[in-house]
Amino acid sequence: MAKHILAALVENRPGVLARVANLFRRRSFNIDSLSVGRTQRDEMSRMTIVMESDSAEADRLVKNLYKLVDVVHVDHLHSQPSVVREMALVKVKASSENRREVIQLCDIFRARIIDVSAESLVVEITGEEEKLENFTELVRPFGIVEMVRTGMIALGRGGHTLKDEGFKPNRSRAAARRNVL
Amino acid sequence: MSDETTATDRANEEAGTSTDAVVLTGAEIVCECLLREGVDIVFGYPGGAILPTYDALTKYPQLHHVLTRHEQGASHMADGYARATGKVGVAMATSGPGATNLVTGIATAMMDSSPIVCVTGQVPTGAIGSDAFQETDVTGITLPITKHNYLVTSIEELPEVMREAFHIARTGRPGPVLVDIPKDVQIQEAEFVYPTEPIELPGYSPPRAARARQVDAALELIRKSKRPIILAGHGISMAGANRELAQLAEKAQIPIALTLLGKGAISEHHPLCLGMMGMHGGAEVNHAIQQADLLIALGMRFDDRVTGNLATYARDSRKIHVDIDPSEINKNVTVDVGIVGDLGEVLSQLLDRVERRPNEAWFDRIAEWRADSELREIVRPADAPQHPAVPEGKLLGAQVIRDLFEFTDGGAITVTDVGQHQMWEAQYYHHERPHSLITSGGLGTMGFGLPAAIGAKMSRPDQEVWAIVGDGGFQMTMMELATAVQEEVNVHIAIINNGFLGMVRQWQEFFYEERYNQTPMVNPDFCKLAEAYGIPTVRVTERGQIEEAVKASRSQTAGPTLIDFVVEKEEIVFPMVPAGADLDDMIRRPTPEEFEQQCRERAAAKAPEPETAESEEPAAAAALGSRFGV
Ligand SMILES: Cc1ncc(C[n+]2csc(CCOP(=O)(O)OP(=O)(O)O)c2C)c(N)n1
Ligand SMILES: [Mg+2]
Repeated sequence: MAKHILAALVENRPGVLARVANLFRRRSFNIDSLSVGRTQRDEMSRMTIVMESDSAEADRLVKNLYKLVDVVHVDHLHSQPSVVREMALVKVKASSENRREVIQLCDIFRARIIDVSAESLVVEITGEEEKLENFTELVRPFGIVEMVRTGMIALGRGGHTLKDEGFKPNRSRAAARRNVL
Repeated sequence: MSDETTATDRANEEAGTSTDAVVLTGAEIVCECLLREGVDIVFGYPGGAILPTYDALTKYPQLHHVLTRHEQGASHMADGYARATGKVGVAMATSGPGATNLVTGIATAMMDSSPIVCVTGQVPTGAIGSDAFQETDVTGITLPITKHNYLVTSIEELPEVMREAFHIARTGRPGPVLVDIPKDVQIQEAEFVYPTEPIELPGYSPPRAARARQVDAALELIRKSKRPIILAGHGISMAGANRELAQLAEKAQIPIALTLLGKGAISEHHPLCLGMMGMHGGAEVNHAIQQADLLIALGMRFDDRVTGNLATYARDSRKIHVDIDPSEINKNVTVDVGIVGDLGEVLSQLLDRVERRPNEAWFDRIAEWRADSELREIVRPADAPQHPAVPEGKLLGAQVIRDLFEFTDGGAITVTDVGQHQMWEAQYYHHERPHSLITSGGLGTMGFGLPAAIGAKMSRPDQEVWAIVGDGGFQMTMMELATAVQEEVNVHIAIINNGFLGMVRQWQEFFYEERYNQTPMVNPDFCKLAEAYGIPTVRVTERGQIEEAVKASRSQTAGPTLIDFVVEKEEIVFPMVPAGADLDDMIRRPTPEEFEQQCRERAAAKAPEPETAESEEPAAAAALGSRFGV
């Protein structure tokens, strides 16, 4: 078992997200996180999929993703140097007595405080998964009121790029092209 | 690719359509696209949301529309049509209930990789999502059971979508594609330009030839094997690789086992063809697979019905798997060499370099297993000594199929439903040609037989087509008798009428202590029923009547015919690998000696006094023989 990070370039068509999500359910893939967003090209979105599994299972997911007509390219980022980031927003309980302590912790983690109220702070923290985990563990004793994480996003380093040169957008389809969401 | 362009051009000419831009409605564009894809028949059922397209159809007499009696019939007919020729079958239905009725047929086509395109009407674009009258999210519903599907959102994309739908349905691993078209898109007008450039889908490029390294690895395994066996599936006939398969087997002297849908991959009269494997496959075939040291799986997908217990499946063998769908490789069975490619190409690559091998010892072992199977055989020529388990004067389903095979000269296209009769057809109807057995293998859809047979006959009017159906499954789609009559489709229907959901009854007998819950059926008089539709019928209750009845049916060359074969109620399909058991752990029919021994034991158990035991024997044999032995 290991953490596998897959990046998929998908055509920006209605229903793509549903197709991918349905695949996870239908073939019982256990996904840790999925994040979807635009790319440098209007016609394409990029999905980052993280799963905890053995490599045979990850391989099975890659093959099944390729079976979807809207999926243009899939890469197993695990197998190449890549940069990985995730962001979390954490609302931490902070009264006037312990606010300073929380702020100090934020400084150590290079997290930013983006909202302050009488009882709490909202902290924005970015980094690899482990950093986010460590931070949340350390602020947990103060009380986490609520939090949200984006799920991981990743890019290959340097020359490791997801191929999209074969992709020619189809003009008659422009009307149907929307955000995958 | 170039083939397709010429096919399109030819269709253009035949359709008398010009390639100059004209202004057409969406509905007309649908029809134009169908013509250009070479479609001649559309199976469907009208309704509000698809009415514009039905209206447009009146302007396209080249598109023959077949009115089914239920949309499930339409999707099965399109499937049967496709399977008989490899051409894409087309089904059409309205939104909501029309579309949902297609679903079983779509799932059936998906499981067996059958190329069909379903066109459904949808509520107008503006009403989508509002729970409008007869609105249903059919692209959502069919997402997991289509190869791909489309909701068309503008008339501009319609020609491109239609073209892609056919391309995706028929290429690579074929499958069903659904195109959902809102009513307003059907009504709108636009300049119709049919794209002529080759289709390029960035996320879709079916593989063709195999990588050389993989071919080398496969050849090496073949060279080293002593007990090889080829497992031939549906992929062989779909790829048209039948000749290559025979050549490979002959050149390397490797026996071939068939999956249910693999029947027709090679002639079953070929000396290297062993017959069907799996749950109801030949015992000698399953033994050979379990004892093999090399499996060469070609265009099959290691379904649980052919592998049995995966943990003990062909344990001592290396495995080569060739399939066009990469996701099938290492899915159920981990293989040593996985080759992704078109079977025709890959087999040619292998053929060039494979060597002749001495496999005599291996063939001798298989022959021993076969001799044992023959001992247990119950369907024998009438003048041969009969197996003692055959009850006197009763008609067996297995005999019906064997005789049907004989009296149709083994040359018909047979289309089955699902159940015991389907397995008897697989065991006793030996096919020679590809696409000559049409059956729902993957989904096991009861109700498939009659409509699929109608579709098959309409796509191959030159061929004799028999629908072999159970009394249960027939009643699921028997309303399509009316379609066959209205269209004058000359399909011969053989009902294997055992008064039971026979296959389920068999499971209840073996695994549920003979509690026959909800499997006996009170049936209508099928002859009278068919006569109400004006269909000529015969009832057969004895083996001696089969030849005459089949002859009478075959002499009818217009419209459907029906034979009601009233067969033994409690017959069993042997051998049987219980679900999840090891593949060679089969429930066998006893040999004549074993059978007589069993009869003596039962008689002794019933009548412990030695002096009466002898006289009780025949009665006990009769009590037992009518059920378990057959
Ligand atoms: C639509 C559907 N429902 C239920 C089943 C489960 N099933 C498999 S075989 C069978 C019995 C079929 O009975 P019949 O059509 O009379 O054929 P027989 O086995 O008697 O030859 C049933 C109910 C099925 N395969 N398909
Ligand atoms: Mg029955």
